[in-house]
Amino acid sequence: MASKLTLSNRTGWAFALPGFALILGFIVLPFFFAIGLSLTNQRLISPNPTQFVGFQNYQQLLGLAVVTLEPERDDAGEAIRNEAGDIQYPRLREITRSDPQYRGMREWFRWTSGENARIVIASDVVFMKALVNTFLFVLVVAPVQGGLALVLALLINQKLRGINVFRTIYFMPVVVSIVVVSLLWRFIYDGQNGLLNSILQGLTFGLFQPVDWLGNPSTALPAIMAMSIWQAVGFFMVIWLAGLQTISPTLYEAAAIEGASKSQTFRYVTWPGLRNTAVLVLIVITMQAFALFAQIDVMTNGGPLDSTQTLVFQSVERGYGKQDISGGSTISVILFVIVLTISLIQRWLTRERY
Amino acid sequence: MKLMKHLAGVMIASTCLCAPALAQTELTMWYHGAGNEVESRIINQIISDFNASQSDWQVSLESFPQGSYNDSIVAAALAGNLPDIVDVDGPIMPNWAWAGYLQPLPIDESEFADFLPGTKGVWEGKLYSIGLWDAAVALYARQSTLDDLGLRTPTLDNPWSGEEFIAALDAAKASGKFEYALDLGMNDQGEWYPYAFSPFLQSFGGDIVDRSTYQTAEGALNGDAALAFGEWWQSLFTGGYAPGTSEDPADQETGFIDGRFAFQWNGNWRAVATMEAVDDVVFLPAPDFGAGNKIGAGSWQFGVSASSDHPEGAAEFIKFATQDKYLAAFSDAIGLIPSTPSAAEMTENYKDGGPLAVFYDLSEAQALVRPVTPGYVVQSKIFTKAMADIANGADVADTLDAAVDEIDADIQSNDGYGH
Repeated sequence: MASKLTLSNRTGWAFALPGFALILGFIVLPFFFAIGLSLTNQRLISPNPTQFVGFQNYQQLLGLAVVTLEPERDDAGEAIRNEAGDIQYPRLREITRSDPQYRGMREWFRWTSGENARIVIASDVVFMKALVNTFLFVLVVAPVQGGLALVLALLINQKLRGINVFRTIYFMPVVVSIVVVSLLWRFIYDGQNGLLNSILQGLTFGLFQPVDWLGNPSTALPAIMAMSIWQAVGFFMVIWLAGLQTISPTLYEAAAIEGASKSQTFRYVTWPGLRNTAVLVLIVITMQAFALFAQIDVMTNGGPLDSTQTLVFQSVERGYGKQDISGGSTISVILFVIVLTISLIQRWLTRERY
Repeated sequence: MKLMKHLAGVMIASTCLCAPALAQTELTMWYHGAGNEVESRIINQIISDFNASQSDWQVSLESFPQGSYNDSIVAAALAGNLPDIVDVDGPIMPNWAWAGYLQPLPIDESEFADFLPGTKGVWEGKLYSIGLWDAAVALYARQSTLDDLGLRTPTLDNPWSGEEFIAALDAAKASGKFEYALDLGMNDQGEWYPYAFSPFLQSFGGDIVDRSTYQTAEGALNGDAALAFGEWWQSLFTGGYAPGTSEDPADQETGFIDGRFAFQWNGNWRAVATMEAVDDVVFLPAPDFGAGNKIGAGSWQFGVSASSDHPEGAAEFIKFATQDKYLAAFSDAIGLIPSTPSAAEMTENYKDGGPLAVFYDLSEAQALVRPVTPGYVVQSKIFTKAMADIANGADVADTLDAAVDEIDADIQSNDGYGH
């Protein structure tokens, strides 16, 4: 096998060489650099010498702890409550400042058990929020975008007059630069006189109250999800379409003769035929969704209140904005491990079973 | 054969053309103004004047878009490829000087004795960069608005107090004529935040970092003064006085001109355009929240890279470019504040009684440069995020404490930034 690959295919290797060289030089090599940098305290620019710091960067990002706050009590030992009846707690900073173990850590979220408050503190709350947002984004975008793309592919996989017009229309957003698309959607989502608010108001005869889509922590991430799904759905539609067209028409004819209904045809002919395409689409969408960056950079800068922070945005923000190249590298290594793990799990779950 | 003759002729001709240029040593220069026609025209004029004025040096210019300029410099420095003359944003200069990208200007400081303080980039007692202009911020308002609302016109000697300022916003809000009483330009989450908003904090008595040591932000950014500032800052947004971070950039640009904002906190680079559109615009000084009224200072400046082989040539050019006539040319074209009083007299807008002369006075009286430390680059980002978070409703004390922790940790991991 090896000899066949290396000897009888010399031209093939020659053709592949420029591609391999570029991937090696611009992806593989920097990736190993990133692993190396994540173990040091390298700054983007600094006259200070670089030092090896082991896993300190990882601890700094992933450090978590739970602390318990007891309520403030009056002389009788009763918990002090404010006018609304909520129990008053001392400030968390009194603990994080006095105990060196917790120094610099901040509250991520809290819940109450009995009179005490249990608080999860993280040494890097923004990173934790970015992690959660990124997973949320992937969990919503991967199935919705993949599903929608399949529906569109089925719709345009018909022999109709002018079907190419529809194919072009669906594919158009993919060709436009994501930065341009993001800028346009920033106007569409505008809270004052954006297109979306105007349309919704028009449809409801003025009943709809304008929403500041990107300025509201609860709508900002969903708004970016919707726009991202719309933007790239055409690309995956084309991949599904390619998959659909590899399915032999004889299978459909046979199904029709057997009297299969439309849904049966899809279930027993189309879907099994799309198996490999589905695996490809799933893995590619997942990887792309994890890399969410441009939309955030153009539309929200991670705000409001960190509701749209993502891992890649944080990586760039730290590495270049805050000149902390080792911190940025650490995030990218963590992201790599996450994506690799998930891809392997997906691959295993969708493996061919005999 | 005829062709050969032609070719030879062309070659001889081109050699002749090149000959005078060869005698001059080439100097490279990078500038942040790509895409800005007016700026490019003036800087090209200065360069061709300089190249023609002497026979030793030949400056060649490369322009970058402002958004990617700093990244380009850092990348070039890492690759050991810096130009001789660099253009540097005032507050970033200490970072580059500390990192060893810049060398002290090989020019006697007395050359720049009458320059505005904000135009001089000084780090560790040495002058590293000099600016052809400074920028200033003022509260844009219409005289008619002030009259309608019955508001006193604040002056430099007698600015609005914090209460008067809020009362003015209340009056504007109550009049019902405006979408927002005040526009702060919250959409631009870049260097605008610390430049425009940290003077408010300083006017309350706080600061981004403790300037006596530059080793901590504790007490400066989370002391009582800073907390009072934070509460006031948040009230601007919870009270509905000002649009928040999701403001549309287009609205920001035209809102005051269209009369949708009563007041606008804006830079003098927008003054010329605003004056053309609004007849009775007035530029009011910053309110005084107790510790004096302050505005930011420090804009783009010229310096010499550490790796330059010809610092004396670069210095020649910088001396040439800082002549009054060029300061005046920049000012006339983009409305920036010329660095010297003599240049100010030569300009349309800043001469005595000129429509923008007020900015020269503001800059002279109120200007406070941003913290002069290599760590400012990081502190600026942290401050910006804290301001955006507080505007979006985050707890003031917690946010400022977190910002202090982050600034302190960064200073520590950089071994105190060489202070």
